[in-house]
Amino acid sequence: MQIIQPHYHAIARTAQDYERMAMSGVVAVAEPAFWAGFDRLYPETFLDYFRQISEFEPTRAAQYGIRHFSWVAVNPKEAENPVLTREVLKHFPEFFAKPTVLGVGETGLHKSTKNECDSLEAHVDIAMKHGQLVLIHTPHLADKAHGTKRVLEVLAGMNIDRERVWIDHVEEQTIRPCLDAGYWVGFTLYPITKCSPKRAVDMLEKYGTERILVNSSADWGPSDPFTLQECVLEYRRRGHSLQEAIEVFHNNPCRFLGQNPKFDIQPIRVETAAESAVSR
Amino acid sequence: MLTPAQVAETYFLESRHQLLEIAAYLDRYDAAVARSGGSNGQAAADEKKLALLRRALEIVAEQQPATERTVALLELFATL
Repeated sequence: MQIIQPHYHAIARTAQDYERMAMSGVVAVAEPAFWAGFDRLYPETFLDYFRQISEFEPTRAAQYGIRHFSWVAVNPKEAENPVLTREVLKHFPEFFAKPTVLGVGETGLHKSTKNECDSLEAHVDIAMKHGQLVLIHTPHLADKAHGTKRVLEVLAGMNIDRERVWIDHVEEQTIRPCLDAGYWVGFTLYPITKCSPKRAVDMLEKYGTERILVNSSADWGPSDPFTLQECVLEYRRRGHSLQEAIEVFHNNPCRFLGQNPKFDIQPIRVETAAESAVSR
Repeated sequence: MLTPAQVAETYFLESRHQLLEIAAYLDRYDAAVARSGGSNGQAAADEKKLALLRRALEIVAEQQPATERTVALLELFATL
């Protein structure tokens, strides 16, 4: 089955990931800009990082037949440095012109401070002015509900196309308001700290599959890109058809990411040879 | 060996994860019952395993158990 990893931090992973992902059906990954594990001090550090994910990483993925796309952002954890944020934002249009950059992300909130909210607003604003997609990180663990509410409040005050905004890391207590407000949402599968494959399938069964993305968000911490395949297996094991699984794990990423024409992978439909002959 | 504070910190996220999985399991069961017949949903013919799990959760939550919680749980599950 063909799968798309919509949120994957490739620079933190080895080529073995790419090889195994390719062997298990992954045809494309999208890499949002991420926190490096420490707060960066210089705008140039970000620019080189953006070059790495928009120029070098696609070549590494291509060796395994995987398409690689990326996003640019100053991570919410680094938003407490507004001067740095403003300086990096000035360079975003250079990267929007790159052939595999899909938009602005992951911006969002970590502790929901004023500086973080200002940074989120500035990120969304520049994305909308340049016709880009937006990927928004919501806080983990204790601040999840409050931080998600703040994200929705910040966005509510802006003139945006909600179908071009993806609010990520939603869980059972935050999914409904995000969907009700018209945004795309993402489930992030982690071994322990975020959503599990089984819980993700529970939410798919409860809320349906429209405007929902599932990702592994594999990064440099305890994480596993194959939680996504675990989720596919769990979904299929509960009796959902192959086509239904393709809709969630391949076609939905195509629908959201494909709003940027650079993402040219099309939704697919499985059919038997006989069905194919009839439709010709 | 670890201090009490180290134990509390080291295994918190893992325990949180395991409890969420149990909560999701029970929610999944309730959703399946509801799907089977709306407000008159059909429960599983034998809910003994669920009853056992609910009793196990009570044991887990005891602040000062008479015996170790793991021993009590293993003995409880052995009755199935």
